[in-house]
Parts: sequence; C-alpha cells; structure tokens
Amino acid sequence: MKIRIKFAKYGSMKFIGHLDMMRYFQKAIRRAGIDIRYSEGFSPHQIMSFAAPLGVGIESLGEYLDIEAVSLTSTNQLTDALNETMVEGVQILAARILPDTVKNAMASVAAASYQIHLKEGTFPIPDLQESAAAFYAQAQIPYTKETKKSIIEVDLKQGIYEMHVGETKVLPDMMSAAAAMLLPEAEADCITVPCICMTVDASSSGNIKPTVVFEKFCEFTGCKIPLSNIQVTRLETYTNSAREGEKRQLVPLLLQE
Amino acid sequence: MRKLALCDDILMQVEKPARYIGGEVNSVMKDKNKAAIRFAMCFPDVYEIGMSHLGIQILYSMFNSFPDVWCERVYSPWTDLDQIMRRENIPLFTLESQEPVREMDFLGITLQYEMCYTNILQILDLAQIPLLSKDRDDSMPIVIGGGPCSYNPEPIAAFFDLFYIGEGETQYRPLLDWYLENKEKKGSRLDFLKGAARIPGIYVPGFYEEVYQEDGTIKERRKLYEEAPDVICKELVMNVSNTHYPDKPVVPFIKVTQDRVVLEIQRGCIRGCRFCQAGQLYRPVRERDVEMLKTYAAKMLANTGHEEISLSSLSSSDYSQLNELLDYLIEDCDRKHINISLPSLRIDAFSLDVMSKVQDVKKSSLTFAPEAGSQRLRDVINKGLTEEVILKGATLAFQGGWTRVKLYFMLGLPTETEEDIRGIGELSNKIAAAFFDTVPKEKRVNGRVQIVTSTSFFIPKPFTPFQWAPMCTKEEFLEKAHQTRKGIMEQLNQKSIKYNWHEADVSVLEGVFARGDRRVGQAILTAYKRGCMFDSWSESFHNDLWLASFQDCGLDMEFYTTRKRADDEIFPWDFIDCGVTREFLLREWKKAQEGIVSPNCRSKCQGCGARRFGGGVCYEEGKEEHEDQD
Repeated sequence: MKIRIKFAKYGSMKFIGHLDMMRYFQKAIRRAGIDIRYSEGFSPHQIMSFAAPLGVGIESLGEYLDIEAVSLTSTNQLTDALNETMVEGVQILAARILPDTVKNAMASVAAASYQIHLKEGTFPIPDLQESAAAFYAQAQIPYTKETKKSIIEVDLKQGIYEMHVGETKVLPDMMSAAAAMLLPEAEADCITVPCICMTVDASSSGNIKPTVVFEKFCEFTGCKIPLSNIQVTRLETYTNSAREGEKRQLVPLLLQE
Repeated sequence: MRKLALCDDILMQVEKPARYIGGEVNSVMKDKNKAAIRFAMCFPDVYEIGMSHLGIQILYSMFNSFPDVWCERVYSPWTDLDQIMRRENIPLFTLESQEPVREMDFLGITLQYEMCYTNILQILDLAQIPLLSKDRDDSMPIVIGGGPCSYNPEPIAAFFDLFYIGEGETQYRPLLDWYLENKEKKGSRLDFLKGAARIPGIYVPGFYEEVYQEDGTIKERRKLYEEAPDVICKELVMNVSNTHYPDKPVVPFIKVTQDRVVLEIQRGCIRGCRFCQAGQLYRPVRERDVEMLKTYAAKMLANTGHEEISLSSLSSSDYSQLNELLDYLIEDCDRKHINISLPSLRIDAFSLDVMSKVQDVKKSSLTFAPEAGSQRLRDVINKGLTEEVILKGATLAFQGGWTRVKLYFMLGLPTETEEDIRGIGELSNKIAAAFFDTVPKEKRVNGRVQIVTSTSFFIPKPFTPFQWAPMCTKEEFLEKAHQTRKGIMEQLNQKSIKYNWHEADVSVLEGVFARGDRRVGQAILTAYKRGCMFDSWSESFHNDLWLASFQDCGLDMEFYTTRKRADDEIFPWDFIDCGVTREFLLREWKKAQEGIVSPNCRSKCQGCGARRFGGGVCYEEGKEEHEDQD
C-alpha cells in the first residue's frame, strides 16, 4: 500500500541537502522497523518518492514523501515510530494511506506556499502591504531566467498564484518560524515579525523559486535586502485536483484523492 | 533548540555545511553543568574521513558511557571554512555543544597517519590554543595524542602535553580520575602532568629531551623529571570480548568514506609481514567472541539504519570463527536487505563462495596484495603469498564470473632489483592469461578482463624489521615506477592491464616523519606557518614549501630516509615498549636480508615478545599443552 508522509524540516537540518535527506529517511525507516517494500534485483532499494526538493537553507512545514509498505499497523504507529528516531530539526507531522490511483508525490506537485521573514532588522520598505499589493497587481512580471543551457524571458506573474503580507512567530535562536510553530515549549521565547507570503507554481515544468519573486519585489520597491538576511519557510505543498480545463484547485498533498 | 556556532551566512558559503552542524543520529548531548569533564575528541582531517574511523567511535561511546564525562567531536575545518574562521576570529568549536574547544578539559587528537601532522597545528591554532605545549597555561585543555603514529611521537612531541600509548579502553578512566583529583586539590597543570606520567601507557614528552651525537644520531634520552618512567609500555585489552564497543555509532547526514556498520572481529595479526607496522604494534592477536559479534552486529544495524556492514581486522581470513559469523550475517542481512562488505579476505574457494553470495560478481572486483613482484622479494618481506596461490585464486574467480582484479605492490622494498620490478608486469600478465585460458570466448563478458595494478612506495616504519632499512630517494622511486610501467607495456596482455602509481614527494616526507626525531618538529611548525595543511590531499600539498622549511631548520631530509641504520643505533622511539622486542625485530631484519621466511604465529612461535601480555596464539597453545600435562 502507498503511504504519504508529511514532515517538517527546520533548524540546523535546513543545511542538509535533498539527496542527503533521502539517505536520512532510508536509514530512519530501517531504524523505525517499518515494513517497506524493496525493489527487485541484486541490490534492492526501498520504494520511496519525495515530493518537491527543498533548497538548502530553506525551512519547511510541508515536506512530503511516499513509501510503499508491505504491511502496516496504523498510520499513527508509523508516525510515532518514525518520530521516535528523528533528530532535532525533522518532525513527522502526519501519515495517510493513499488511494492506489494517486500518482506519486513528485508527479503530484503543482504548487507550494512560502513565507519570507528577515533574520535581522525590519523590512526597509515603506508601506509594505501596499507595495506588495502593487507589485502583485502588475499585469506581467518579466524575469530573465538563466539556466546552464539557455537564457529565457519568462513572466513570473503566471506562476504566482497569491501573494500578501502577514505576520509570523519566530524563535529567535535561529530565527526559525518553523521551530516557533512546532515546539510548544518555545512559545514564551517567540517574537512576532512581519513576513511576505506567497503561493507559487512548484510543478516540475514551471517551478518558481520564492527567492526570485522576493528579489523582483525588492527591485520593484527599490530596496536592497541581501538574500543572506532572509529566511524562507515552505508552508505547504499542493496538488491540483481540478480536471483539465477547469479552474485550478490546490489541495495539500496529504489530502490528495 | 541547539544554537550553531556558525551563522547561516557562513554555513551557506561553505562546501558541505553538514560537516559543521553536528546533531546527527546517535550523537550524544548532555547537560554541560552535570559533566565534570568535557573531552573534545578530534580526528585531524575533514569530517568525511574522520567520521569513518572506528577508533573514535569506540572512544566516543566509552567516554560518554561515563556519567561525569561529555565527549564531543571535532574535525578539521576544510580550507574554505578555515579561511573564514581566521578572518573573523571564530574559535574552533565542537560539533555537539557548538562551544569552543578551548573551554574543554581535554583535547584528544588521534594520529592515524603522518601526513596529518600540520592539521594538528591547524586544529590548535583555530582553537586558539598555543601550538607548543610549553606555552599553555592552566586554563587550557590538556592536549593528548593517541593512535598508531604515537608509537613514534617525537616529531610532534612539542605540540602535545601527553600521549596515550596503546589501546584506549584501559587507562582513560584512571587518567580522568587523576584529573578530577588534581583539580579538587587545586593542583597545577604541571602537577597533573607529573601524576599522569605515573599512569601506565601515558607519556609526557615535556619530561624528556633528546641528546644528539655529532653525526646527528641520538646519543641518549635525558629525563628532565626524575620520576618520569624510562620506558613506556603500550596499553592493551586482553579480553576483547568483554570490553567497550559502541552499539550506537553516530550516523552522519552526508556520505562519508566508511558509510556502514563496522564490526571489528579481532585485533592483531598472526602473519608478520616485515613491512607492516600494524602487524607488529597490535600483537598479540586477540579474537572477539563470535556471539558478542553477532549481538553487536544486530544492535548496530538496528540503531543506525545503515544498509551495509563491514568486517574489520588486519586479516579476516585468520579469524577462527569466520564461517559461523558469515553464515549468521548472510542469513540475517539478506532478510533485512543489508549488504555485507568483506575486505582483507584471502582469495580461495571458501572466500569466493562467500563473496558470490554477498556481492554482485559482475560489478565487484577481487583484490590481491602480493606486495612484491617476485617470490624472492616476497620471501624477503615475509609475505606468504605465492604465485601459485594467486593464479589458482584468480582462476577460480574467473570461473565464478569475476572479470576485474586489483593488484597491490610496493616499490622500493629492501634488496629490490630490476628483476623483481619486472615480476610485477609478468605476474599481472599471467593473471590476464589465466582469464583467457579459463573463460571460453563465448562466455567472456565484454570479451575482456580488467587488471588494475597499483604500486605504492615503500616507507620503513618504526617497530618493524625494516626500521633499520634505507628508503629510496624520490628519483629512485620515480625510476622504479617508470620501470614498472615499461615492464607492463612489454607484456602480451598489456591492453588488459591498467597501471597506477603514487606521487613520490609525499612518500618521502612521510618517511621523514615516520622515523623522525624531535628536530623534525621544527620543520613541521615552519611548514605550517608557511601555509602547509591537508598534506594528504594532493591539491593542497606543496612540496616546495616543505623543502624550504627543512632547509630553514637546517635539517637534511635524507638523514631520516636514505640512511641505513646501524644495528645498535638508538632510535627516537626506543623508549616505547610495544611488546615486540628489538632483538626479535633485528633477527627478522637479518633473516629478511637473507631471504628467509618466518612462519606465522599459528604455525610456529617466533618469540616476538608479545606473549608476555598473556595472550596470542602461542600463549593459548602453550596453555593447552600445559593443561594436557596436568
């Protein structure tokens, strides 16, 4: 059976890259004694699929992986067994048995939501809310995308599904918003800071980096904020449940039908 | 939440930030207010190398099993972070607490190979601890060295407060207890060192000096503190089945060199190859109980989630319970989809059968280490591997489907002639020919066999019969490598043979360090100040800086390398007793020069001296005989 696992990644773990996270989970699944299915062949590997790779330095409250299990006591037991063997900075949030018809996590990803706050100081942007609204109200947001192979002009606006200014709690230790939300004992130490929130295309064909949107926004307002001073947090990863031709309907990957 | 020593900005700039964040599975966090002793355990090389070392995992686990001790890890910051730390004046920190090393009670540095010596200075420098022991005050950690290179600690003696000679399991607790007692009494650093010198296996270099003769050799060792012992006897664990072994090794996030569970099945070796230092240092041979190994294998796999387990020893085929252990592992690991890796197995019908069960024959290669190209030279070095055995093993392997063979040789061994070097090409060729004779055309995968022949340069090491032997110059080494290549090119099957050889500069330097005295320490310090670091990494090795440093110090490198030592020369390491006697080594050196082999411990005791520790094959057999008589 196919099981979708939702997890958070924060604190020092934000420095662990995608491939190492895969290795981390392979070992964690062994430690937790989960009855995962292995591929056939001389060197069998665990059947496992990750949703959208997370850039190094970004924290997340909405990471996903799918595994294929041979047997399962309950999804709660699986969540507990995994959490028992997690390190600080990775927390299993939920697990759900998926209908067999659901595409794997990676193929299902359509969008992701992010928030961006500053690690130090305040946004040097007067009228932050209005500026964000004006930026998003543009008909087009042209962007020159440089890849190893080519330089192409794209319109970012197509892939920004929503954008607004909000507030977030952060734990001052590592200026982590994810830790502030996940660690109840940290409640008293938390502070509230403004953040920029957005939902953007995260599909394999049209993925948009939140930092690119942020840079365009800074450019629009004429302010300079080095990327080293921002903390990006992925809040959720979505699939699109709409049928072809219908209006986009974003559903968190955990709830995919 | 744990706060990191480095800010996000720095971690995002450096290659592999995971090297510096700690927090790995099974890394140990403790309340620092409850730890009477804080011990920083350092492997002076990059994280991926250091994390692959079993010895540190054993000591880390043992120290942390003491309720009053918190042991944390430190590795060498790679050159990118090194620069940032110097520029921004960031003190070196431990991975667990992320606190400065300078605030610890001890800094233990493992010495696994000579080419890490400048990295020791990097560690001290970044930790903001004076490089020389004599310049440290009571507020600074006690800097302690251990591991194989501490069997000739003299080139680095000035950088350490003390050395622990031998296996770490036995005397650390007494040493720590004395540290606490001295602290309680408000004793000084010097008081601590004086007391430490009384503990077996502990060597305090500051209590001695070397006096030289006019020709540069050592005249005598003089004691500067009367009560310091004349001889330091190595420490060792006699019952290796009932001693500390880690059941929860730390699991790194990034891929490291040894990314697997390591099961040490025995210590020591019965073989007595004359070039091999480990084979002498770790005598007598001591096997671990097979039931203990099964238990630990299961525990370590369950606690780490590793997908591979590897057996570790100097010669696994000599482990008497190997059959039973492998049967257990093969059955258990197959069920759990875990790979078994089997290094250092002799190639024969048994091992090939085992390997075919645990490896993909098509993808794996077989390794032979004849070490020398001719039978004559193999007799000189006492490598009991004959051409017949190699060819028989290779033939069996080719029948079993293997098509890749790795061969390891050394160049520059004592008494080596051009004929011996030609033998390397000839033996490689015979193995290739054995493939074509054994495997019919229609069954050849890709139609061919792949022989990879590698040579390293022989470096005489202390406590081996070759400690008296001259070492080649760089030019001689390169000429020998050239001859080897030529010899291989002349072979009929040369297209099937690939030849690799090493750089000679590093080998020469390693030779100087291996048999160096205290004066060499000056050159190491000078080279470090000129920017030498990570000398074992070819991209950061600067031979010109080393040559200039030796020159500055008025030291002749050849004095340490190419000189043939007199039988009665006083060596810098003579004050250490590693169990094997100097008389035995000298006997072996004479036999080597006559090309006479010595049987292994199991066949016939050679009287090496290690029996007095109350163990080893000869001791066990002696005991049985004794019991029979009763």
